[in-house]
Amino acid sequence: MADIAAPNATVLAAGSRSGLHKLMQRKSTIAFLMALPLILLIAILVAYPAGYAVYLAMLNKSMSKFVGFGTFEFILKRQAFWDVVYQSCLFAISAVIFKAIIGFVVAHFVHNIPAKGQRKWRGMLLVPWVIPPAMSTLAWLWLFDPSYSAFNWIFAHFGISAVPWLGEAGWARFAVILVNIWAGAPFFMIMYLAALKSVPEQLHEAAAIDGATWWQKIWYVNLPMMRNIIAITALFSLIVTFANFDIVRVLTNGGPLTATQIFATWAFKVGIESGDIPQGAAVSLFMAPILAIAAAFILRNISKRGSEV
Amino acid sequence: MAQVTLRKVIKKYDEVLAVRGVDLDIADKEFIVLVGPSGCGKSTTLRMIAGLEEISGGDIAIGGDVVNDVPPKDRDIAMVFQNYALYPHMNVYENMSFGLKLKRTPRQEIERRVKQAAQILDITELLDRKPKQLSGGQRQRVAMGRAIVRDPKVFLFDEPLSNLDAKLRVQMRTEIKKVHQKVRTTTVYVTHDQVEAMTLADRVVVMNAGLIEQVGSPHDLYHSPNTKFVAGFIGSPAMNFIPCQVEQAAGALRLRLNDKLAMPVPASRTNRYSSVVGKPNLVLGLRPEHIMETRPHTESDQHDFEVPIEVVEPMGMETLVYFTINGTEVCGRINPNAGGVAGQPMKLRADLSNMHLIDDTTGKVL
Repeated sequence: MADIAAPNATVLAAGSRSGLHKLMQRKSTIAFLMALPLILLIAILVAYPAGYAVYLAMLNKSMSKFVGFGTFEFILKRQAFWDVVYQSCLFAISAVIFKAIIGFVVAHFVHNIPAKGQRKWRGMLLVPWVIPPAMSTLAWLWLFDPSYSAFNWIFAHFGISAVPWLGEAGWARFAVILVNIWAGAPFFMIMYLAALKSVPEQLHEAAAIDGATWWQKIWYVNLPMMRNIIAITALFSLIVTFANFDIVRVLTNGGPLTATQIFATWAFKVGIESGDIPQGAAVSLFMAPILAIAAAFILRNISKRGSEV
Repeated sequence: MAQVTLRKVIKKYDEVLAVRGVDLDIADKEFIVLVGPSGCGKSTTLRMIAGLEEISGGDIAIGGDVVNDVPPKDRDIAMVFQNYALYPHMNVYENMSFGLKLKRTPRQEIERRVKQAAQILDITELLDRKPKQLSGGQRQRVAMGRAIVRDPKVFLFDEPLSNLDAKLRVQMRTEIKKVHQKVRTTTVYVTHDQVEAMTLADRVVVMNAGLIEQVGSPHDLYHSPNTKFVAGFIGSPAMNFIPCQVEQAAGALRLRLNDKLAMPVPASRTNRYSSVVGKPNLVLGLRPEHIMETRPHTESDQHDFEVPIEVVEPMGMETLVYFTINGTEVCGRINPNAGGVAGQPMKLRADLSNMHLIDDTTGKVL
């Protein structure tokens, strides 16, 4: 028996060894191994904190007891939470729409500047995006200052009464959105400019001969050709804007009262400043499903469209 | 339907003159081909007619109206581009109807015209496809269809066949000719390929260095070129240019090619060439088909000579032989059955009744 079983065992061993060898030879295995360093990095920097946040959100306030979804249920019942949802959506959606429109228009202007002067303009227009927002927002803070506001000073010359930029709910919301647009529009501009440059010039010429006006060239040629970039840029910006922290923190710190409180600042206020870390973690986790819905909506059809061009 | 007129048209890029004063009258329904080497200004001229380039001087008129400052969309022209320039996000039907849609043509009218053009070009079954799903030849047809449905005053073609492979190019060439015979719209066609120019054109315009060298029917350009440039550009293989001298010989003239080889000038040309006897810098222009194998029967103005053959290229229906006279490589076209072996001398015959004598200093054909 033994001497019959022995050859079988060797065959099996050889088989599994060659199986491992084959596995190592497979392209997908090699690809996985090459991506492994990045996967580990993401696991450490993204997956672990995210998982830890989920864990924290399921503890009680003193972090001594596991309460499951209790904190989430509690948050859903708070009016302050629904205010934050409304304010975050208002802030992110209106800022992204205006950033996209301004970026699109400015990209067209820059695209039409002769190549020589274009670099200079491109560089200057990127400045708001390049300066760290915490710093540039300080400058805006002074521009909006109740006593020394440069805007109010100019308005005074035209006989317009002083505007309570950061002191009144509506104006404060306007101010944080304005600063976010100012800082974020250059990113849209540069993305759209790159997309615009990839539209073949001959398509514009063909459209010109087909009888298109400048507006029709933009509507029927540029816009459809740039659709994917427009969608991806908007999604990317929506995520970043929705999770914005620095501009609101510096400019209004969520005030007056809670009128400009958005997810990140409210999570910070609840979790760090008020010392309720589980509730802060739970608040920040609510961003994920909202953004997932937005992503699915913006990116629908994108792979289909990509194959057309 | 319209005639196109160019008067002293100039195009300047900064300090460089790309087109240096072009005068051209294109008749209604005519098929004109602009041909020349790259950088000769032919595409620029076409783009100025289209309105895609501003003109730096002169006048362009379409159908009698000067259009110098009229934007392309108001010139009532249609253009076919080298890389087709189809809108990638629109299907074939939308591509073809785009111009009509912008002109607010009624929908039934658009549909009728697109269907008709699709029928002419045999692309009816492609109307739902996107350009990406089409082959090069099909895209070319769609680009032409887009031009046809507009029913413009003038068709402009900018090297439309350059992106196709050799076989398809010949096929589409015939196709374009057929379409023109059906549609009969004034057409300006730019190409660098002289075969395309010869086969398609009613009249060919040969351009060189921003100027028109010669305008004429393909037959005229081939048989009586005005300049050495045209003589060398039209025809494949190209015309032979052999340095020579004209000498007086007993009341007649003689062409001397080298110490040993001299041929009598045809009697009909004695008067024409008598003024250049003894002049330097003369060149004999003789097409390869006018250098052939010897035949039993000799016509007047034919002259036999013997040279060592250097290269033999059998083409099937003919054989090209290469040899050297006076330090210049010369090509002859012989019957494939006439022999011709590389490295061995061969008796050939030059038919001087079709010769050209060129003054190499001015480049003019005498």
